[in-house]
Formats: sequence, structure tokens, C-alpha cells
Amino acid sequence: MLKKSLLARNNDLANTQRQLEILSNGIFANGELPTFAKKIKATHQFPLRPKKLEILQLNLGYMCNQVCAHCHVDAGPDRKEIMTKETMQQCLDVIKKTAAHTLDLTGGAPEMNPNFRWFVEEASKAGINDFIVRSNLTIIRANKKYYDLPEFFKKYNIHVVSSMPHWTRGKTDKQRGEGVFKTSIKALQELNAVGYGIPNSALKLDLVYNPSGAFLPGDQLALEKDFKNALNEDFNINFHHLFAITNLPISRFLDYLIASENYEDYMISLIEAYNPTAVENVMCTNTISVSWDGWLYDCDFNQMLHLKVASTIQHISDYNEDLLQDRNIIINQHCYGCTAGAGSSCQGVVAN
Amino acid sequence: MSKTYYDPTDLRKFGNITEWSEELGAKFFDYYEKVFEEGALTAREKSLIALAVAHTEQCPYCIDAYTKDGLQRGITKEEMMEAVHVGAAIKSGATLVHSVQMMNKVNKLEM
Ligand code: SF4
Ligand code: SF4
Repeated sequence: MLKKSLLARNNDLANTQRQLEILSNGIFANGELPTFAKKIKATHQFPLRPKKLEILQLNLGYMCNQVCAHCHVDAGPDRKEIMTKETMQQCLDVIKKTAAHTLDLTGGAPEMNPNFRWFVEEASKAGINDFIVRSNLTIIRANKKYYDLPEFFKKYNIHVVSSMPHWTRGKTDKQRGEGVFKTSIKALQELNAVGYGIPNSALKLDLVYNPSGAFLPGDQLALEKDFKNALNEDFNINFHHLFAITNLPISRFLDYLIASENYEDYMISLIEAYNPTAVENVMCTNTISVSWDGWLYDCDFNQMLHLKVASTIQHISDYNEDLLQDRNIIINQHCYGCTAGAGSSCQGVVAN
Repeated sequence: MSKTYYDPTDLRKFGNITEWSEELGAKFFDYYEKVFEEGALTAREKSLIALAVAHTEQCPYCIDAYTKDGLQRGITKEEMMEAVHVGAAIKSGATLVHSVQMMNKVNKLEM
């Protein structure tokens, strides 16, 4: 079990420049594998350009109560980057005038931001269509002050999207259920109890599944079916949809891939599964990602690699949607994670 | 020439077999793909059968491929190991059932 972020461990990969070097060196530099740019050029999809803006994704901070091994944020209890009320206010000004219909709050654990509740109240007044909070579930049980989160989410009709790290129904995992698994189950039951995730309920509860290793997620619908059967049969839990998300080779997952000597094979798997149709709908084509300190990015992954938008507008305080939409998206080899198989985004697959 | 009979990277070149016999190669891969589609059996069940047979055939390429395939489908370690035992049981059963022939022969030849 990891206890600290790469940053707190002074790991080489906490330096994003180092990550970008790795992603451009070796198998990509010697031409053994095509770069992402070359690959999308072949199908005339270069440069990648934004389409209609639909989602504004705000990262409220990198602090988290968990330290997941695959985390692309390098989040953890030791991360102190938290969005201030002032930056939140700037976000609210943007939310009031944006054409985006979905507001997506992420982190770390967004609930750990001390102004989280204030912000949700204010943002919900702006009348957003789909208001998502990405909750890691265990936060709901981490401390008494979070116990009422299911009720709070319900009050503001928040669409809860939760990561469910272990989904195995095997006996072992049930016994092992002391930690994250058991707490997540309890949190899901509590969300169900207030009406979340029940068939036909307007209170939407979706789960996110990331593979727990150096392999790609299988078919999203088949996994959803297995997941539903297992959780329902064993724990009487309901949820709406499962989003199967591919782990991108950055941050802690990249560290894991290198340490376990899986990096090259993983990159090859991603490229073998490359799907040009998925390129059409990658997340960056309809999303703007805002970091805790107000900088703008094409997506949460580019944020973690410190690759700011290629635009004259780079900060939320200067926000201008028209200017911002007229930009080329910054790409690198990590983008292969979004285009493998049926594709992958924060909403799961992007091509059918 | 490679110094070992098996090279993990050869699996990636499997598709190249069509180069020396396009028609037969293509027919094989079409057939292969069709076999693994969801049918009366689920794709998940087929993956487990493939894993068990990969072991009885002792094909390292297939073992790698269907272990990974199983993980992607969310198949658990316990399920995978049970599938391999099914293969092993049939293999040993098939060996042992032949001993009836040995017994028959002994009984015939011995006075
Ligand atoms: S993956 Fe999510 S829950 Fe896990 S450490 Fe990262 S932000 Fe926290
Ligand atoms: S990693 Fe970001 S920039 Fe690259 S394809 Fe995915 S969403 Fe787009």
C-alpha cells in the first residue's frame, strides 16, 4: 500500500518534465512505435481541435484521503494544493456565462476542499444541467463531518460518479474487505438509502472502473453487467452506469509501469488497440479543465503534465470562451490511453 | 536466428502468417474472431475455455494472451485457476482412462 505521493517521496516522476521525456524517448524516439501525432496524421485528424464545449471540469485540489497506486493526479493526504475561494469565485463567474451544460468537480477528493459546500451551493444557483461530483466513496466514511454527504448531494441534485477500485466478488476480496472495499460498499449502501442509483431514480449514481494493473479495460457493457450482478447479489447495491476507464501512462501509473517492467508492453497494447473513431470524441474535444490555481488545460491529464492550453487565454481570470475554443489541443503519447479500443474519457467509452 | 524457441514478441507477429498464404491465413483469422464472439456461450465463458486449453496445449503465447484477456474481462484469479484445473483433470483423466486398455491387454496376455 502506498502511503505518500510521488511528490512527497521526492520521486523522479513528480517532475512532469521527466514524465514527458519518458513518453518521448525510447520506443518512440527510435521509431519502433509511431508517436500519437504521427498516428492521427495518418487518419487526417491532426491537429486535434475542440468541438462544441460541453463540460467544464474543475479540479478543486490534489488532496485526497486515499493514495491509489494508479492515480494520475498523484493525489494524497500530503498534497496541499487546494482551490481558494477567490479562484472559485472566478470559476463561478465563468459558470454563469459558459455554453457548457455540465459542471464536473474532481480532485483529489473534491469534498476535502474547505469551501466545497459553499461552492456547490453557489454553482447550483447557476442552473447547470448536469452537475457531477467525482467522489471516491471512502471519503463519505472517512470522518463524521462527511457522513451527511449523501444527503448534501441529494439536496443539490448532484450526479455522483464514484470510483470502485475493487470489484471482485470472490471470497478473498470479501474477506479482505477491511479497507477500501468494505468502506466503499458501505458508502454505496448509504447513497442507495437516500435514493441514489435506484433504477429510474433521478438521483444519478455511476461507477468508474479502472483496471488494477497493466491491462486495458474489457467491454464496458459486459463489465457493467458483471459488476451489477455481483454488487446486487452480494451487497444489495444498485447503481446506474459503469464507466470503464483506461489508465493513462502518466504520474503514479507510469511509475508503476516502469517499476514493474510493463511500460513498453503497455504502450504497445494501447497502440495495437488504437481506434481512429475514438479520436473523434476524445474528452479534450468537448471539455475545458481548470486546475486548483485557475490555469486552463485541454483535459485533466494535460493538467497533471502541466501542459497548459495553447491559447492566448490560459487562466480562468482571463476566460474568453470564443478565443479559447479556437486552439489546437496539446497531445503527446499519453493520449493513446484515450483512443484504445472503444476509447476512454471521464464518461467511459467514446466510440461504439 | 533466435537463440530460444519461444520469443514473447513473436505473438505480436502472429498476423504475419497471412503473408505466406493469404487466403488460408485470412480464413483462419475470420474463423477465430467469429468463434470468440458472444454466442450461445458468453465471451467470458469462451475466454476461460481458451485459457484452460492454452494450458493443456502448453502454448506460452496463448497462456499470455488469455491471462491478459481474462484480466480485462474482470475474471478473477480464482476463476482462472479453477479453469486450469478443469483442463488438468481432463488431461490426467484422459491418461488414466487409457490404463483400462493396459489392464485389458494384461488380462488377455496373462495366463
Ligand atoms: S485515484 Fe482518486 S481516490 Fe485514488 S488517490 Fe487519486 S484522486 Fe484519490
Ligand atoms: S490525454 Fe487529454 S489531450 Fe490527450 S487525447 Fe486524452 S483528453 Fe485529449
